[in-house]
Amino acid sequence: MLILSIETSCDETSASVIENGDTIKSNIVASQINSHKRFGGVVPEIASRHHVEYITLIIEEAMKEAKVTFEDLDAVAVTEGPGLVGALLVGVNAAKAIAFAHDLPLIPVNHLAGHIYANQLIEPLEFPSLALVVSGGHTELVYMKEHGAFEIIGETRDDAAGEAYDKIGRVLGVPYPGGKYIDEMAQLGEDTFNFPRAMIHEDNYDFSFSGLKSAFINTVHNAKQKGEELNHNDLATSFQYAVVDVLIDKTIRAAKEYPVKQIILAGGVAANSGLREGLSKAVEEQLENVCLVIPPLSLTGDNAAMIGAAAFLELEKNHTANLALNAQPGLTL
Amino acid sequence: MRILAFDTSNQPLSVAVVEGDRILAEQLINVKRNHSVQLMPIIDEVLKQAKLSLDDIDRIAVAQGPGSYTGLRIAVTIAKSLAWTKGIDLVGVSSLKVVAGNRLDEHTGELILPIFDARRQNIYTGLYTRGEDGELLEVMEEVHVAAEQWAEMLAQREWSSPLTLIGADASAFFEIFHEKLGDQVRLARPEQHLPRASVLAFLAQKEETTSAHSFTPTYLKLAEAEENWLKEHPDSEGGNWVEKI
Repeated sequence: MLILSIETSCDETSASVIENGDTIKSNIVASQINSHKRFGGVVPEIASRHHVEYITLIIEEAMKEAKVTFEDLDAVAVTEGPGLVGALLVGVNAAKAIAFAHDLPLIPVNHLAGHIYANQLIEPLEFPSLALVVSGGHTELVYMKEHGAFEIIGETRDDAAGEAYDKIGRVLGVPYPGGKYIDEMAQLGEDTFNFPRAMIHEDNYDFSFSGLKSAFINTVHNAKQKGEELNHNDLATSFQYAVVDVLIDKTIRAAKEYPVKQIILAGGVAANSGLREGLSKAVEEQLENVCLVIPPLSLTGDNAAMIGAAAFLELEKNHTANLALNAQPGLTL
Repeated sequence: MRILAFDTSNQPLSVAVVEGDRILAEQLINVKRNHSVQLMPIIDEVLKQAKLSLDDIDRIAVAQGPGSYTGLRIAVTIAKSLAWTKGIDLVGVSSLKVVAGNRLDEHTGELILPIFDARRQNIYTGLYTRGEDGELLEVMEEVHVAAEQWAEMLAQREWSSPLTLIGADASAFFEIFHEKLGDQVRLARPEQHLPRASVLAFLAQKEETTSAHSFTPTYLKLAEAEENWLKEHPDSEGGNWVEKI
């Protein structure tokens, strides 16, 4: 079973060929970061333009690297949402054209399900499972009783974790996207500022990062007015601990309460070393008989391989779309 | 030669299949609908009406812009994907030229002024004329411009023929042109304002084919963020904006 999958929900144009839902034959990702760096964040119109420029080239490369032809394929899958509507439209329409041209089933995939199912490419999901999905647009705790059953038990009430990283990255003057640089700086400093761990004691699994962001910005701003120099590495470390502590604390609590057999880390912020190490340690120390799956760095960011992995299960359930498929920018799990 | 042609540059959607000098099937819809939802099913339907499949098509013709950015991207993405994946020749034709093509039955020498609304009193426009052999000749390069400014520029020149405004938005801008050019300007007939994919297909018979991979819409305008960035970085020679990771 071979699926060609396409992902264009934000600023990566990606195509992949996945075999049997768990084996990557190819996974080509073209990143637009160099372009959006110029503007300090993703500009939707420019993202859409880049996707049109590269879409067929990237799909061709994925097919070539996988050494498959269209006759070998069993289905075409595409991210239908959530994401930037103009960006999604390019992938959706390319996928529809290819499915039509070769008379292949068309499988719409939820981008967040894709992030979770990226882990299926590492090892089989075990249920019940708990996924912590953290990216520039999302911060969610998702309970899964079985394949394809997504229950959101907690989510951010304001900024996504990755979004907070990008915003404070701008304050510290690091290039966009700031997460990677803040993470590097956080390795070098100490948690001296003790920023608020929002909602950590509340009896729910929701998150909030806008208060932390404001506390951070105020600290930097006040020091500037007084002419004080703050240690940027210490700021980064303090910020990172404040984010990671809450994420880990709530994840462990949910894992105990539900209880689950497996914890899955998913999304772009899964590349954060503080979160990877902290969650590994916490699971080992605080949970028994729960395994943790952390995707390799190549599968944390947006990529089409994860869409192909999720599509495999959708196809088994016959969840296919017709040629009227549209982009769903506000799609939820 | 059998051509599959489509245009979703603005609100109207048109799809046609043309064989030689015969139109086999054509659809034209001009109510507000979602092009992303409609275009692919209508391509499927028009092909079926023409009793053909994609395998019978020798050339894909698409209106390449200018127009609504999203509309252009939907048609261009489908066109380049179909052309690439099936190895079919691809031709892009200016969306303004497609509308100007509705005046091809008029007399030689007429000046045709296609107009699309580009918001804030701006238009996408150009200037075409019908040549000796009935072909469309570009008199002035297509631009994104303030309607007022374009009318002013035209008024400063001598024209030997009347100027005909054409396009779904032409009547909305007629007064601006009439004010500067007087009775030299007139409006095309109502049935001529919408783009027809059959006209696009006939124009595409004479155009060069292009590479599907590098095919992109002709926006005639940079995204605002890029415009501003270039103002601040006038010496930029571009860069490797997209790279494989």
